[in-house]
Amino acid sequence: MSDSDPVLDSRGDGPEEKVDRRSLLIGGGLTAMAAVAATVAGSSTGFVERMLRRRFTELSPERKVEILDALEREYSERYGREVTVADTPPMDGVEFAYGLDIARCVGCRRCVYACVHENNQSRDPQIQWIRVLRMEKERGIELAESTAYYEPPEVPEQDAFYLPVACQQCRNPPCVKVCPVKATWQEPDGIVVIDSDWCIGCRCCMSACPYGARHFNWSEPTISSEELNPDTHYLGNRPRPKGVVEKCTFCIHRTREGRYPACVEICPVGARKFGNLLDENSEMRYLLREKRVFVLKEELNTRPRFYYFYAT
Amino acid sequence: MIKDIFSFVTGSTRLVLRGNRWYFAWLAFLGVLIVWGVSAWLQQLDQGLLVTNMRDQVSWAYYIGNFTFLVGVAAAAVMLVIPAYIYNWKPIKEIAIFGELLAISAIVMCMLFVLVDIGRPDRVWHLIPVIGSLNLPSSLLGWDVLVLNLYFVLNLVIVAHLLYTAYHRRPYRSRFVVPLLLLSIPAAVGIHTVTAFVYAGVAARPFWNSAILAPRFLASAFCSGPAILLILFQILRRTTSIEIKNEAIWKIAELMAYAMFLNLFLFGAEIFREYYSATHHLIHTQYLFSGVHGHNALVPFAWASLIASVVAFLLFLIPATRRNLVTLNVGCLLIYSGVYIEKGMALVIPGMTPDTLGEFYEYVPTLIEVRIGAGIFAIGFLIFTLLCKIAIPALQESEEPTSEENPQAEVALP
Amino acid sequence: MDEFDGQYGEKPDGERLLPGSASLTVLLIVFVSLNLLTLFSIMRGGVGHVASDAGGTKAYSPADFPEINFDRELLPEVDAAGSSDPDGTYRVRQPLAYEDYFPCSDCHAEMEVNLGRRQLEEMHDDIELDHGPKDRWCFDCHNPDDRDNLRLANGTLIGFDESYRLCGQCHGTIFRDWREGIHGRREGYWNGAKSYQLCAHCHNPHAPRFQPIAPLPPPVRPQFLHAAEEVHDE
Repeated sequence: MSDSDPVLDSRGDGPEEKVDRRSLLIGGGLTAMAAVAATVAGSSTGFVERMLRRRFTELSPERKVEILDALEREYSERYGREVTVADTPPMDGVEFAYGLDIARCVGCRRCVYACVHENNQSRDPQIQWIRVLRMEKERGIELAESTAYYEPPEVPEQDAFYLPVACQQCRNPPCVKVCPVKATWQEPDGIVVIDSDWCIGCRCCMSACPYGARHFNWSEPTISSEELNPDTHYLGNRPRPKGVVEKCTFCIHRTREGRYPACVEICPVGARKFGNLLDENSEMRYLLREKRVFVLKEELNTRPRFYYFYAT
Repeated sequence: MIKDIFSFVTGSTRLVLRGNRWYFAWLAFLGVLIVWGVSAWLQQLDQGLLVTNMRDQVSWAYYIGNFTFLVGVAAAAVMLVIPAYIYNWKPIKEIAIFGELLAISAIVMCMLFVLVDIGRPDRVWHLIPVIGSLNLPSSLLGWDVLVLNLYFVLNLVIVAHLLYTAYHRRPYRSRFVVPLLLLSIPAAVGIHTVTAFVYAGVAARPFWNSAILAPRFLASAFCSGPAILLILFQILRRTTSIEIKNEAIWKIAELMAYAMFLNLFLFGAEIFREYYSATHHLIHTQYLFSGVHGHNALVPFAWASLIASVVAFLLFLIPATRRNLVTLNVGCLLIYSGVYIEKGMALVIPGMTPDTLGEFYEYVPTLIEVRIGAGIFAIGFLIFTLLCKIAIPALQESEEPTSEENPQAEVALP
Repeated sequence: MDEFDGQYGEKPDGERLLPGSASLTVLLIVFVSLNLLTLFSIMRGGVGHVASDAGGTKAYSPADFPEINFDRELLPEVDAAGSSDPDGTYRVRQPLAYEDYFPCSDCHAEMEVNLGRRQLEEMHDDIELDHGPKDRWCFDCHNPDDRDNLRLANGTLIGFDESYRLCGQCHGTIFRDWREGIHGRREGYWNGAKSYQLCAHCHNPHAPRFQPIAPLPPPVRPQFLHAAEEVHDE
């Protein structure tokens, strides 16, 4: 190392001046870096910022607002509609649960298409969050012999019954356990959500899900602006990018505002029930009390919030 | 010191740029495959993973199958390190470095196969701890990222040190290298165990959710990885002046035979459980070996793999066929193909067919997937070739230089 | 470990070269056949095993069904009350009977009452009565004296907008479920106001069995999942 520092070692300067010069250099350098960083961070949806953004849950409230605004602008511009992206938090004292009456379901699939209409799934390639399985009455619930591709002229068929399957919002979700980047987690109100700006598309969660409830955007999702639902939630039905996983979120943009999910409202036979498990006067509590419920694949200990029952 | 490193780098560069026409023909062939693969990958980046035949029903396939197989190959370096360092067996000690070189090439291929499989390669930095959000201790893939990189760095450091010191005709620092080599043994076991746990922990896929999956992985890794090395050693013996004793080759083949026995035994145990208990889970094994409802794309491969593994086991077990280099090489090819199928497609696809809701989607790779796979294999072979090109002269020219600890030793490279 | 050294009369190192032509042929055959097997599988592709008339060969979306209203608009009262009505005030939808015939007294006020069981011929002959036992007929539910109301078993008169009280006399368990929201479709707020349907909205009271409906199309099968642009290999 050289003995004299030509910058700091200016003869004749007092210690204060030395400190000034050094701190000027350092301060200048830091300011410059900060300016660059601020520019990068400040451009909310710039390419670099998008690449380096933290997980949504780790951002400050102000930053979240900025990002949501930027997303709204981006989607509104892309689709030519007024799109809102909310970040409604879970309500206190609420744990959602779902009931499905397989004595009533006729397999008409209106829930499937209402869900697609509500949640902005890609139309081409097609993604559907709900899958209705046709079972034979004589065999009971046997997934290996079921089919999702039934196409009779009318439903229900004489010898068949129907079992719609979507995300069960498990209390012990295997998908959350295996995600290597914590892009999916369970919210306090029970909904298992995905941050589609954090997901790396490794599909570990799809391997781990016992119900085939998770779906992947194998290519850029397409949806026309007429078909778009402009009321979206950041963790739910906002338009997803290519290469990430998506799934049913109990219509998080509706249920956190108190509304029923779209599938509940469209079902023509009223086979779908939804409510707050912590409210003893809710439909779900009545259902659990008066009807006998079961869950799918209970031996896997996923403890779903999705209960199947027979109303008769 | 900087000068030494610089001269090592330039010297190595000179080494890899020199060679006979077979060498350059080989490099050209690899180059063509790499270009073929990269252009396919660009197409995949543009259009998304839809260009593969993976769908929601079979969401892991060709890429992850290759990844799983190659993790086993990488772990197989330990097959050389154990006899060399635990048992101090000289014939293998001289050539154990090639196991390290194979491990490095295989790990690079593994990481590339994961990179081409994920939907958002631009977000792969999310897997870095602290900077990203690696989900430890919960996610097994998170652990896999950690131990694979650890093993990679370990081997890189060992190889860099050995080649660097050998290039400069200096003795290697065994107090530095040998502990790392010993550490690479549990690391090798670790990478394949963790990869096995990625599968074995998934309760939703009963074909994978088995306690003996991790032992099966290790057994198949130890019997298949060294196959490449055996063939390489024979080529090296012929084309260079490196001395590789027959007994080194035979001992490796013998160890591979025992590993294959374990592999076949564990496979037999799995088959018994499936066919005797005959629960619904049997349907996955049935799909693999006999087809179900007319879906039988994997059946010929499953049987080919099984027959190849059994024949290879016998060829390696019987001393006469083990010593005859013809049958030995046939055995190498058979064992490599057998385990390639068994730990590649015959592991991943039946686990997902039928899917969790009972649907049969028959997956078969598309040409783009095969191209990308070929490109990645070519990259791996290229790295291995270049590393060998640097390592071999160092091995050949080492007469007098010795390790610091043992001036009497006859070799410079462990 | 050295015991095998030279015991079997092997040639010294370095002299054993790679196998000759015979064994190379064997190697080549094995290698080529494995590759052929792989290529054959790839050529076969994954599209097989689906009959041309089997479901799931085409992808549909909600826009293909304009006759179905997927935008469920809430009743204005429900929308207005929203979540702020936590006791769940239940709002009634317009009963169907109003649209067609109401008020019935327009015709029946001056008409003679004929209590005899018969096949109707002059009016209401389009009504097919298929509700339970054979001895069921009109005046089990309708009020002969005042047709604008329905009559309960104990003689109480109720309006058509309360017809559920009549159904509930026989179908008690269903009535209880319906009252709690388990039977029948509801729209609105799970934590607030809801709108519900009368029994007669879904079940024709004269022939209540739920009629089968045409299902919407199945999902597209994975082997037919393509993007709009053709995906070309090379």
